Amino acid sequence: MSQFMQVFLSGLATGSIYALVAIGFTLVWQAAQTVNFAQGEFVMVPAFFVLVGLHVLHLPLWMALAMAMVLSILVLGLLFKKLVVEPILPSGGISLIIATMALGILLKESVKEFYGAEAQPFPAIVPHDPINLFGAVVSMQDLMNLFLSLGIVVLLTLFLNRTRTGRCMQATAQNPAVAEILGVDVKRMILYAFLINAALAALASFLITPVYLAKFSNGETLGLIAFIAAIVGGFNQIRGALAGGLLIGVLDNLTATYVTAEYRAALPLVLLIAIILLRPQGLLGTSEGRTV
Amino acid sequence: MTPPVLSVRNISKRFGAITAVRDVSFDVHRSEILGLIGPNGSGKSTLFNCILGQLRPDGGHVEVNGRDVSGMRASQLNRLGVGRTFQQLSVFPKMSVLDNIILAGQEHHGTMASRLFGPPDAGLTEEADRLIGFFRLTHLRDTLAGSLSYGQQKLVDAAMAFMAGPGLVLLDEPAGGVNLTMLADLKDRLTTYNAEHGTTFVVIEHNMEFVMSLCTRIIVLAEGAVIAEGTPEEIRANQTVIDAYLGG
Amino acid sequence: MGGSWLRYSLIGLLVVAAILAPVGQGNYFTYVLTSWLIFSIAAMGLNLTLGYAGQISLAQASFMAIGAYTTALLTLAGWHWMLAMPVGLFLCFVVGLALGYPALRVKGHFLAFVTLAFNTLVFLVLRNEGWLTGGNYGLIGMPRPDFGLFSTMRQINFYYFTLAVTAVAALVMWGIVRSPWGRAFKALRENPIRAESLGVDTRRITLLAFAIGSAYGGLAGALVTPLVQFIEPGSFGLVHSLRILLMVVVGGAGFFFGPFVGAAVVILLPEFLRFTEGYYLIIYSALVIVMLAFVPNGLLGVGALLRDRLRPARQRADMVEGARLK
Repeated sequence: MSQFMQVFLSGLATGSIYALVAIGFTLVWQAAQTVNFAQGEFVMVPAFFVLVGLHVLHLPLWMALAMAMVLSILVLGLLFKKLVVEPILPSGGISLIIATMALGILLKESVKEFYGAEAQPFPAIVPHDPINLFGAVVSMQDLMNLFLSLGIVVLLTLFLNRTRTGRCMQATAQNPAVAEILGVDVKRMILYAFLINAALAALASFLITPVYLAKFSNGETLGLIAFIAAIVGGFNQIRGALAGGLLIGVLDNLTATYVTAEYRAALPLVLLIAIILLRPQGLLGTSEGRTV
Repeated sequence: MTPPVLSVRNISKRFGAITAVRDVSFDVHRSEILGLIGPNGSGKSTLFNCILGQLRPDGGHVEVNGRDVSGMRASQLNRLGVGRTFQQLSVFPKMSVLDNIILAGQEHHGTMASRLFGPPDAGLTEEADRLIGFFRLTHLRDTLAGSLSYGQQKLVDAAMAFMAGPGLVLLDEPAGGVNLTMLADLKDRLTTYNAEHGTTFVVIEHNMEFVMSLCTRIIVLAEGAVIAEGTPEEIRANQTVIDAYLGG
Repeated sequence: MGGSWLRYSLIGLLVVAAILAPVGQGNYFTYVLTSWLIFSIAAMGLNLTLGYAGQISLAQASFMAIGAYTTALLTLAGWHWMLAMPVGLFLCFVVGLALGYPALRVKGHFLAFVTLAFNTLVFLVLRNEGWLTGGNYGLIGMPRPDFGLFSTMRQINFYYFTLAVTAVAALVMWGIVRSPWGRAFKALRENPIRAESLGVDTRRITLLAFAIGSAYGGLAGALVTPLVQFIEPGSFGLVHSLRILLMVVVGGAGFFFGPFVGAAVVILLPEFLRFTEGYYLIIYSALVIVMLAFVPNGLLGVGALLRDRLRPARQRADMVEGARLK
């Protein structure tokens, strides 16, 4: 039982980080009809910004993190929107999907060429001593990750529901034409969605890279999990992405421990196919209408 | 007794708190040209979409030649002999006019296999040319449909709707955005086609003059319900209708 | 009519060039050319799915895998390639139908995700089920087809064999695109709602386009097996599906010869740009993004744009214009 708790909590922790990525993915999809196939790479890159800050610029950790966050928001948020999404979105959704795929390759290969192909150690933001909880030995890191991620989600939800800007963003996602008529600065709301996504991806990066080490190929798995979490949970709800992320995290861990190591990656994939077949709106999604 | 070509029974549709269509019923008989008119927001388009299966009504059902067609996909409805025109973007812009019209007929000829292994035009060139001639578009036969004028595209749209020889055609604001000369042309073609083939038409329109001169019977909707029914002359004189339009 | 003559003579020229290309060149050059032909077949299939039916498939490499492994296992068991290949083809078609049927019933780009998941699943199965597939070690020693007097053991012979198969595949595709099915595909990509209202069963033809496209992937895979005579799961991973997708997009989705152009760019260009080494993919993906921003219709789209400037569109549109990805 204690092993189960361990695996479960650990899964929740990883899952909460997946949730951050999935939420950002959903935000951008809802606000700007952009299915960002480079989302995984968006989570891979900020870690390398930090490493550059640490090893090339010799900044202290907190500064490197701040720099990476700013860079991420600028490059993966602003520049992404201006240089990739805006020119290509008029040509249609498919062109944009392919463009984001190409972007993913571009980011991945750039990191590989300009930084290095080997996995790099990444400093832990939170201490990872084991502690005792409910009789199970859990890592402090897992708990902190879970706590931080959920905290971010709560903040984000408060922002979207309680602030004027947040509600404007929701309106934009639901019906941009009407929102515009009502005086919402639709373009700016869309920009915010991209910026928030970049920030979420960066945060996820900081939390998850200590576990996986920084490697140019991290984006592949992370991206896939983001899509699956978003779709399984419910493509049109934030809490869907949250639920999806947590679910995948837990199931993935449980599968690896109790069922099979080889086919560990298969479970989320099968889940994805099953959900698309049986309940395309996702577990928590609604079949009509969209909300941010 | 043959069932009416189109039978609309107690159709209702709500969007949240708003009732767009309120218990509407009517029949359309063979060779009629029925006009559906009403001020903005009267529910004409919603009703139209319910009939065509684009929207699922909250109540009531629709029958075509006595057969319940609720929930049918557009392609199924079409194969039952129901054609329609669209308000906008209704042609295939990168295909020639001829190809547009052949496409409109090819799904009603032969089988999937014959459409793969048979001739590229599905044997429909002659028939398509006849229809193109009927709409006086022969000189544009090989032109890309996207490069035609708006009015010409509307004619192509009508030709596509007729190609499969449907018994019932629903026209969605056919006069919208068309200049006066073209309008006369369109009306003339529709009237002639109806006289020659006995095809039943249901027309939604805003253009009063067009509707009054084209249709044999008119139904007036206001706030989702039928408020009047009759010949154009009767409707013109109907006080309830006049009030509805003047915002009484 | 002048336009047709120009096209046919251009095609004739290309065919002659394709026949003469490997003459006098080394084995490696011939091998690369063969590789180009094989990927053109895979891209042709994906072009039907994407360029004509407007669906993104990220599983083309996994269909190549199914074709390759089926052919490998059968030829290792003694079957002749000509008998093994159709089995692989048929299997891919059926799997394509099974995969597409549920995925295409829902809106949006769900097929993209389903095919993404499928490709990864296939990879996992290939890697883990070693008893069948040889796992990470793969399968080796598959024979090159022998046609009695004509043995494909020599690289150049195998090239001509592949060229013949490619020509047949292209002719079949041409037949499909030229038929009323092709017209329905074109209608589907230009105005699917109107098409549906005219009796076109859009779900069915989208599914067929996907299944046929997948079968072409299987054919390509069936040719990979004797070409390399060694296959392993890594050759059919997601990144290869992406490469094939890029081939279709760069060449021009919906243009008949787009796949050949796109495959040439992806396969032949790095051979000529050896010096760029690791930067090749960076340059390439950046180019794709730029291209999508300015010329979403690919290289042949540029050609069409230029042609339209020089000559008004008085000719028949069918099959001459490409798609606009929507």
